Amino acid sequence: MQERIRPQKPDHSSSDSDTTDASTTSASSSNQLKDDLDDLLDEIDEVLETNAEEFVKNYVQKGGE
Amino acid sequence: MANLSERRPSNALSLASISKMAVPKVCGIETEYGIFVTGADVTPMMASSLLVNAYSDGGLSLRAWDFGNEQPSMDARHGWDPQADYPEVEVLMANSVLTNGARFYVDHAHPEVSTPECLTPTEVVLYDRAAEEIVRTSLDRANLRLGDSVTLLAHKNNSDGKGNSYGCHENYLVSRDTPFGYLATCISTHFVTRQIFCGAGKVGVEMSREGEAWVPFQLSQRADFFEEPIGLETTIRRPIVNTRDEPHCDPERWRRLHVIVGDANMSEFATFVKVGSTALILAVIEDGRFPENLWIDDSVTHIRKVSHDPSLQHAIPVADGRNLTALQIQRELWQVVRDWLNSGNVDPTDGDADRVMEIWLTMLDGLDADPLTVAHLIDWVAKKRLIDAMSLRHNLTVEHPKLRAIDLQYHDMRVEKCLALKSGLAKMFDQEDVLRAMTEPPATTRAYFRGECIRRWPDQVVSANWDSVVFDSGEPQLQRVPMMDPLKGTLKHVGQLLNSVDTVKQLLDALGAESVEGVIEDSGW
Repeated sequence: MQERIRPQKPDHSSSDSDTTDASTTSASSSNQLKDDLDDLLDEIDEVLETNAEEFVKNYVQKGGE
Repeated sequence: MANLSERRPSNALSLASISKMAVPKVCGIETEYGIFVTGADVTPMMASSLLVNAYSDGGLSLRAWDFGNEQPSMDARHGWDPQADYPEVEVLMANSVLTNGARFYVDHAHPEVSTPECLTPTEVVLYDRAAEEIVRTSLDRANLRLGDSVTLLAHKNNSDGKGNSYGCHENYLVSRDTPFGYLATCISTHFVTRQIFCGAGKVGVEMSREGEAWVPFQLSQRADFFEEPIGLETTIRRPIVNTRDEPHCDPERWRRLHVIVGDANMSEFATFVKVGSTALILAVIEDGRFPENLWIDDSVTHIRKVSHDPSLQHAIPVADGRNLTALQIQRELWQVVRDWLNSGNVDPTDGDADRVMEIWLTMLDGLDADPLTVAHLIDWVAKKRLIDAMSLRHNLTVEHPKLRAIDLQYHDMRVEKCLALKSGLAKMFDQEDVLRAMTEPPATTRAYFRGECIRRWPDQVVSANWDSVVFDSGEPQLQRVPMMDPLKGTLKHVGQLLNSVDTVKQLLDALGAESVEGVIEDSGW
């Protein structure tokens, strides 16, 4: 078995301000999300492409892979 | 339509022949980004090249991918001649290799980033996030050059909503000893059902089938595009299990399972559990422990039906006669993996298994109770929440283009426009970790040697690919260092050596280069 090291791997136990504990904060996150929903919708109304219909119509991609 | 029995190797998979030895799950992700230009009539190939070259012109990458060993037509089914429409290798398009070990290039009509080879799902997420930042940096640079009237956009999605799809492919190292038909049959159960937690969500239906009900929202971007249970193609008649057999390493020991069935995720935890659960289940399959009672017939029909039902009620007949929802199947798969890990097997994800299991279960429990409780983890739930709320606020019909625009903009790579970034998704990494991963390779695979050589000697690395690096050390002949073992060339393996030499010539001398057929070739590892 290969010996391995990973000095760049983030430490999950650290309490980094930016990261979120996915497993334990779900309920409170969910409530928080509901509270923030109106603000979020305001923001979406602000940043959504002004002519959504035109943008959606013109968005054509070639198949890939 | 092929049924399951046609895919079963005769005499039931001879489990005795299975190696019973899971191999470390070296893994990575290749993502094709949607590319779009406003204000100018530019082909997608040219737009993609503009994007990729904007990065290398800034000195951030090396334009030197080596196509020497590319064989995308190799099929995992020996003797199989499907007249397959395999992709031509394109050598003229922009193509670069990065100091973090990744590849950034134009694949047909899309910019694509392949992460470096990683040893853990955590690393895969980090380098997939780094890939997003690489695309963002490239967009900024390209748009600066293009001026105000022309704008280049990129989306991390998989469909244009008009029947055109492009991929986010996962790759996993698997043992050559595991019979491919057995592996394909087992992993299909996971591929049909895992979309309940790793689907990126989509407004509407593409590639409609006769008699099929239209749905306003479905779990997956990609499920509509799969027409075969198994096959070699990736662009037409797409198969749920892809048989491309191009290991980019020692083919006697390993396969690279090329997974084309997944969505590109914006949620870091969705990527984490997608890769982690798949890696763990592959290890269970290699060990001959997959529950055959969960085999699914007609995976093509069920992958669509699961995707088309956000209520998660669609029942799938499994081999033991029960009808189970995707969620019930996922719960059983979770338990199988938990039991397998508890019985003392070595973690094939190098220490990530417990965290994968924990978050996988959190997702399944949340979906069971109320999907909105996991809107911070699962893309389709996060996206559907925005769609539903906006529909309600503006009283929009289910076919209103604004909903499709929200879908698209969820994946927009512009920070200020990206709805995923505003939707409250949980993060795994600080931004500074992600920015560092744009330039630093993972320490745990051969990507370390590739990336470090490019960083240290950018003028003397002539080209690189997954399994070799070619140097010009000033000698008359170029010298190739093969890397046929993805678990060598690591920091542990070559870090000291790299630090002990000043020149490429010293490095190659230390590696013991020798002449082979006109090129000097190192014996490699």
